[in-house]
Amino acid sequence: MNRLLVRGGTVVFSDHCTVCDILIEDGKIVQIAHCIEAEGATVLDASGLHVFPGLIDMHVHLREPGFEYKEDIASGSAAAVRGGFTQVCCMPNTQPVCDNAAVVGYIVARAKEVGLCKVRPIGAITVGEAGERLAEIGKMKQAGAVAISDDGKPVSDARMMRLAMEYASDFAMLCLSHCEDRSLADGGVVNEGYNSTLAGLKGIPRAAEEIMIAREILLAETLGKHVHICHVSTRGGVQLLREAKARGVAVTAETCPHYFTLTDDLILSYDANTKVNPPLREAADVAAIREGLRDGTIDCIVTDHAPHHRDEKMVEYNLAAFGISGLETSFSLSYTALVRAGILTLNELVEKMSANPARILGLEGGSLQEGMCADLMLADLDAEYKIDSKTFVSRGKNTPFNGRFVYGKVKYTIVDGQIKFCDEKN
Amino acid sequence: MPEERLLMDGAAIGRMLARLSHEIVEKNKGTQDLCLVGIRRRGEFVARRIGAQIEKFYGDCVPCAGIDIGLYRDDLVSSFFVPDARANSLGFSIDGKSVVLCDDVLHTGRSVRAAIEAIFDLGRPACVRLLVLCDRGGREIPVSPDFVGKNIPASRRELIDVRLLEIEGEDSIGISLKE
Amino acid sequence: MLGKDLLGLYDTSAEDILSILDTAVGMKKLLTQNLKKLPHLQGRTVTTLFYENSTRTRCSFELAAKYLGAGTVNVSASSSSVQKGETLIDTGYTLDAMKNDVIVIRHPMGGAPHLLAKHVRASVINAGDGMNEHPTQALLDFYTMREKFGGFQGLKVAILGDIKHSRVAKSNVFGLKKLGAEVCLFAPGTLMPQGVERLGAKVARSREEALAGANVVMGLRIQLERMHGGLFPSLAEYSQYYGVGEDFLRFADKDCIVMHPGPVNRGVEFTSDVIDAPNSKITEQVLNGVAVRMALLFLLIKNRQGGEKNE
Repeated sequence: MNRLLVRGGTVVFSDHCTVCDILIEDGKIVQIAHCIEAEGATVLDASGLHVFPGLIDMHVHLREPGFEYKEDIASGSAAAVRGGFTQVCCMPNTQPVCDNAAVVGYIVARAKEVGLCKVRPIGAITVGEAGERLAEIGKMKQAGAVAISDDGKPVSDARMMRLAMEYASDFAMLCLSHCEDRSLADGGVVNEGYNSTLAGLKGIPRAAEEIMIAREILLAETLGKHVHICHVSTRGGVQLLREAKARGVAVTAETCPHYFTLTDDLILSYDANTKVNPPLREAADVAAIREGLRDGTIDCIVTDHAPHHRDEKMVEYNLAAFGISGLETSFSLSYTALVRAGILTLNELVEKMSANPARILGLEGGSLQEGMCADLMLADLDAEYKIDSKTFVSRGKNTPFNGRFVYGKVKYTIVDGQIKFCDEKN
Repeated sequence: MPEERLLMDGAAIGRMLARLSHEIVEKNKGTQDLCLVGIRRRGEFVARRIGAQIEKFYGDCVPCAGIDIGLYRDDLVSSFFVPDARANSLGFSIDGKSVVLCDDVLHTGRSVRAAIEAIFDLGRPACVRLLVLCDRGGREIPVSPDFVGKNIPASRRELIDVRLLEIEGEDSIGISLKE
Repeated sequence: MLGKDLLGLYDTSAEDILSILDTAVGMKKLLTQNLKKLPHLQGRTVTTLFYENSTRTRCSFELAAKYLGAGTVNVSASSSSVQKGETLIDTGYTLDAMKNDVIVIRHPMGGAPHLLAKHVRASVINAGDGMNEHPTQALLDFYTMREKFGGFQGLKVAILGDIKHSRVAKSNVFGLKKLGAEVCLFAPGTLMPQGVERLGAKVARSREEALAGANVVMGLRIQLERMHGGLFPSLAEYSQYYGVGEDFLRFADKDCIVMHPGPVNRGVEFTSDVIDAPNSKITEQVLNGVAVRMALLFLLIKNRQGGEKNE
C-alpha cells in the first residue's frame, strides 16, 4: 500500500486554514486530522508550508499536436506542476485542431504517458475552429474532452454560438467563449487608448471584447444555458458580468494574472512579451478586474498559458505572436497581487484557482476532503523570489514578468498521491 | 595688458608692399598671366594692395580675388565643427595663370595648404607662388614662401599682429606676448 | 545629450532638438551656396533601410549623407519581406557585420526602429515607423517655423488631416509641446486618435477653431486607402469639410505660413491657391529637410566619436 503523510502544514480549506496532517493512501485522501500516526507511510514534512488543493487551470495552450516547437504536453505538464497545478485544460487550437475524438484521445493518452499533471482537453466548438459547423461534441466528450471552445478564433456568427450552446448542453459540455469582435479588433495589437496613440500601435477597443461578452450573456439568458467567459480584461466586461449575474444569468468568468497586475504602459517599450490577447488594459481596468475578483463577479483565475518560440517574439511588435507563458508564475503573482494586497483571502484564492474551475467544469479535486483524489500543492508563502524566465521548464520563456519579485513559492505538487514536483532547493 | 612692440609702421609697410610688387613682376618677367588670390579675410586685402601697386608701377590691371578656405581646413573632422564658409568664385579663370597666393602671416602652413586645395578646385594654374607680409616661422608642413615682406622669427608665446587700413584703420605690425 | 540613435521626439529633449536645429543653420547656409562638400562623414557608411516606399525622405537622407562625405547604401525591402524573409534583427546583424555606421529605417510598423536599435551597434535613425513617429520630418518643420518666427514660445500651430495614422503629427506634437508652442488638431472623427489631449494638443471642433490665430497651418496627406477603408466617404466631401482654401486661411494669423510634409493632394488637403501662395513653405521645407538631416547625421557621429576611440 502506497501511503504518504503530509505532516504539519497549514491546510487551506474552503473557509478556514488549520495546521493539520493529511494522510494519503493509493492516491486518495483518507484522513485529515491533527497528529496522524501512520506507520510505514512516507512522511512529507510540511511545517512552515501551506497545503492547498491542487490548482486547476481551465485555460492553457499546450501546443501539441502541431506546434511542439513552442511547447508540448511533456514540457507543458512539467510547467504546470512547477506552478502548482494538478489539472490543466488545454485549448483546441492545435494542428490539427482538436475538433474530433481522435485528437482528444491523443492528448489524453499522451498526457497519461507523460504522467505529471492531469490534462483535460477542451474540444473545438466548430470544425477547424472555422465557425461554420459544429464539431462532434458528443464524441469528443466520450474521448475525454471537458468543455468546448474556439479559443483564439471566436465564433463570430451569433447563430452558430447559439446552436453550440444548445447542442453542447445536451452533453453537459460548457461553452468557453473567447470574446472578441474581430471586425472591431480590426488587426489591432494593443489596447486602444492613450498608450496606443503614444506608441503608434493599432489599438483594439474594449468594445471589441465587451460586445461579445454582452452577446454571450444575452444568448445564455435567452436560452437558459450556461456560458463561460474567457480571460475578461475590461472594466466594462466586469460590469456586464456583474449585472448579468445579479439578474440570475448562468454565466461564469475567468481572468488572468496579467489583467490584474499589468497595464498597457508596458507596451511603450515595444517588448513583444507584453503582447497578449486580449491586450493589457489601463489602470482603471486593472482595478475593475481586482474588484470583480473580490466581489465574486469573476469566478476563476486562469493563466491562458500561451508559450511561444523566442523567434516569434523577437520581431516587430505587430508581427509578434500574442500570448504569455503563465503556468509557472500564476500562483505567485496571484498570491502577491491579491492575497498579500488584501483583496482576496487565501481561501478565496483557492476558490478562484481550484474549487471554482472544478465546479464549473465538473472536474475532480478543487478541495481537500477525505475521500477525494489526493491532488495537493504545498507552497511557502513567505518565500520571496525573483521571476526568471530562464528557469522556466516550459519551452515558452515569453513573460513580461521577468525580474519581478513575488511571494509564494510552490514547493511540492502532488498528483493522485504522487509527488510530481519538488522544489530542488528543499 | 601685455606690452606690444611696434615692428613696422604704415610707411614701412608701404615700402614693403612696393618692393613685393616689384619682386612679383620681376619673377614673373612682366605682368602677363599674373593673378593675385588672397586668403580671406586679411590676405584678400593684401592681394588687392599688391594689385594696386602693380597697376601703379606697370599700368597693368592684374586680376585680384579672395578665397575662402573654410571648407578645406584640415581640422574640420578632428574638431567637428561646421565651417562658416562661403562659396568661392574668383570672377576670372586661373587656368594656365601664374597665381600669387597672398596672406598676412605665414606660420604653420596649414592655411596655405588649404588654400592650394581650394585653388585647385577652381582650375589648373600654371604655377602658384606664395606671398606673405611676414613669416614668423613654426612651420608644420613643408611650405615655403616665394615673396616675404619681413621675416619675424617668433616663439609660440608671441603674437604677431598685422593691422590693415581696411580693417583696423591703420597699417602696422606689432609683436606682443600672448596673455 | 543626443544618444546613439534618434528614434522619436517623445524621448528627445528640447535641448537636443534645438542643438540639431542650430547645427542645421550652418548646414543650410552651405547648401544655399551650393557648397555640398563637408568631410565629416568621410569613411562612414549610411544605409537607408526602407520597408516602405518613399522617394523624398530617402533622397533627402541619402543626399544629406553624401554632402557630408559618407558612402550610402540603399536597401529596399518590399513590405512582403517583412513577414517572410529575414527578420529585422538579422538584417541589423548583417549590416553591423558589414561595418555600417548608421541605419536610416522606415518601416510600416510602430516600434521597429526601437527593436533594431536595441540589437545593432550602428546608430539608428527613425525615418518613419508605422503610426508612431517621423522625427526628422518634425525637425525640418521646426526648422522652417523657427526660420520664420524666430522661436516657438506661444507659437500657434494648427495641424489638419489624418492625425490618427500620422507619424508626422505625433512627432510634431511631442516636439512642439517641449519647445513651448501650442498645437491644435483637426480631423474627421474617424481620423483622430484616442487620448491626443493627453499628449498636450488641443482638439478643435471646426476648421475655424483650429485655424483661429494660427501662425502655422500644417496639412497632412490624406491617403486614398483610408477612403477605401471606409474612414471617410469621398475626397470631394473631405475637401469640402476638412480641406483648407483661401477662404478659411483668413481665420489664421495674417502672417501665417502654410506647411505640408508632402506629397500634397492638390485640392484635397489644401487648394492650389493655398499651396502656391507666397506664404507657402512647402518647397522650402524640402531644402530644410536636407539641412536638418545633415545636422542630425553630423551630431550622431560626432557624439559617437569619443566612445569609439575607446573601443
